[in-house]
Amino acid sequence: MAEFIHLKIKRQNGPNESPRWEEFKVPYKPNMNVVSVLMEIRKNPVNAQGQKTTPVTWDCSCLEEVCGACTMIINGNVRQACSALIDKMPSQVITLEPLSKFPVIRDLKVDRSVLFEHLKKVKAWINIDGTFDLGPGPRVPEKERRWMYEISRCMTCGCCYEACPNFNARSSFIGPAPLAQVLRFNNHPTGAMDKEARLETIMGDGGITDCGNAQNCIEACPKKIPLTTAIAKLNRDTTLYSIGRWFNR
Amino acid sequence: MGFIKNYNFLIRKLHSLTGLIPIGVFLLEHLITNSFALGGPEAYNQRVEAFQNIPFLVWIEIIFIAIPLAFHTILGLYYVYLAQNNVLQYKYYRNYMFYLQRVTAIVTFVYVAYHAYTARIGRAFAGIEISYEFMNNILSQPLFFIIYFIGLLAAVFHFSNGLYTFAISWGITIGPKAQKTMQTICTILFIILTAIGTAGLIGLAA
Repeated sequence: MAEFIHLKIKRQNGPNESPRWEEFKVPYKPNMNVVSVLMEIRKNPVNAQGQKTTPVTWDCSCLEEVCGACTMIINGNVRQACSALIDKMPSQVITLEPLSKFPVIRDLKVDRSVLFEHLKKVKAWINIDGTFDLGPGPRVPEKERRWMYEISRCMTCGCCYEACPNFNARSSFIGPAPLAQVLRFNNHPTGAMDKEARLETIMGDGGITDCGNAQNCIEACPKKIPLTTAIAKLNRDTTLYSIGRWFNR
Repeated sequence: MGFIKNYNFLIRKLHSLTGLIPIGVFLLEHLITNSFALGGPEAYNQRVEAFQNIPFLVWIEIIFIAIPLAFHTILGLYYVYLAQNNVLQYKYYRNYMFYLQRVTAIVTFVYVAYHAYTARIGRAFAGIEISYEFMNNILSQPLFFIIYFIGLLAAVFHFSNGLYTFAISWGITIGPKAQKTMQTICTILFIILTAIGTAGLIGLAA
C-alpha cells in the first residue's frame, strides 16, 4: 500500500458558488474509511500542493451504514462514505463528489430534504393517534412482516434518486424510495386504512407512471431493497384502482 | 401543461397502451405483409391490393394509425427530454436498455416521418398507389437499403423493449424472475421480428 492516500475532492463554498477540484494527500493508516480520511483532512487542512485550505465539509452520523447521512459519489459510484473502506478500493486516486441531484450546501454536504417532503406527501406513516385508546392493532402475517421489514430498512440516503435517470431538475418524479414506502404502509393492516389516499397521491403529477424502468435504483440501493418489485406491484395496484375508480364513480 | 399534470396518470397509461395497441399491432402486420415480397412481385402486390380494398381505408389509417402514432410520438419526445441519461456512470444492462429505448425513439421518429411521407402520404396526394416496383426502385439502392434496415432495427427494438417495460408498467410482471423471463421473451421477439423485417427488405430489394 502506498504511503499516502491521494484524494480528489469536488468542493463548493456555498449553494450558489461554482465547484472546483482540490487534491489532498493523507498519510496512510490501515483500516481507514472515507470518513476517517476526511477527519484527517479536518485535523490538518493542507492540500496536496502544501497550501493551507479550509477543511472539507461533509455529513455523517451513524458510521455503520444505517443512517445514510454520509452518502456521496466515491470514484463515480454513489455510496456511503462510512462503509467505503480505503483498503478495498482499487484506484490510485480516490475521487469524492457531492450528490448531483440535490442542492449542495457546502463541499460534500447536500440538502436531501426533498426526500422527507416526498415521504410526507405519500403519508409514509400509520395513523394511530386518537382521542381514545385504539387497542392493540391487528396481527400481521409473518410473510407480510418480512416483506415490510425489507422495505423498512430504507434509510433515505438518496442513492436511488442519484442513479435514477428520471429524477432530475427537469422532471417532477417522486423517486423510487417513497414509492416503496407506499407499498410498505399499504401492506400494513392498520396502514391499509389510508391505502386509497396513498395510491391517489402516486397517481398524480410526478407519480409512479413517471418511472421509466431503467431499474438503476435496485442496483444503487446499498440495502438491496426490492425497489423494482415494489414499483411493479404498485403499478398493478394503481392500474386496478384506477379502473375500479372509473367504474365506481 | 396544466392538463398534462392533472391527467398525468391517464396520459402516461395511454402513452404506454398506444405503443402496443394499435402501433405495435400495426408494426407486426406491416412486417408480415412486407415479408410476402420474398414470394415475388405478384405475391406482394396482391397483399397490397387486398389492403387497398378495405372500405374507408384512409379513415382507418388516420384513426387507428396516424392519431395514436402522433400522440405516442409527441408525448414520447417530451419524455425523452425529461430523462437525464447516465449510462456512462451506471453501466447496468437495464440502464443501457432505457437509454437505447430513447435513442431508438428518436431514430424511429425520423425514419417513420421520412418513410410515411415518401411511401404513403406523398403517394396518396399524388394519387399513385404503392407497389413492388415503387419500393424496389428505392430499396435496390444500397444507401436506402441501409437506411431502411436501420429504421427497421430501431422500430423493432423500440417495440420489443417497450413490450418488456409495458409488462412492468401495467403490473403484469412483478417479481425479478418474471421480469427476467419477459426479458428473454422480448429478446427472442426482437430477433424474430428483425428476421421477418429483413426478409421483407431483401424481398423488396431483389
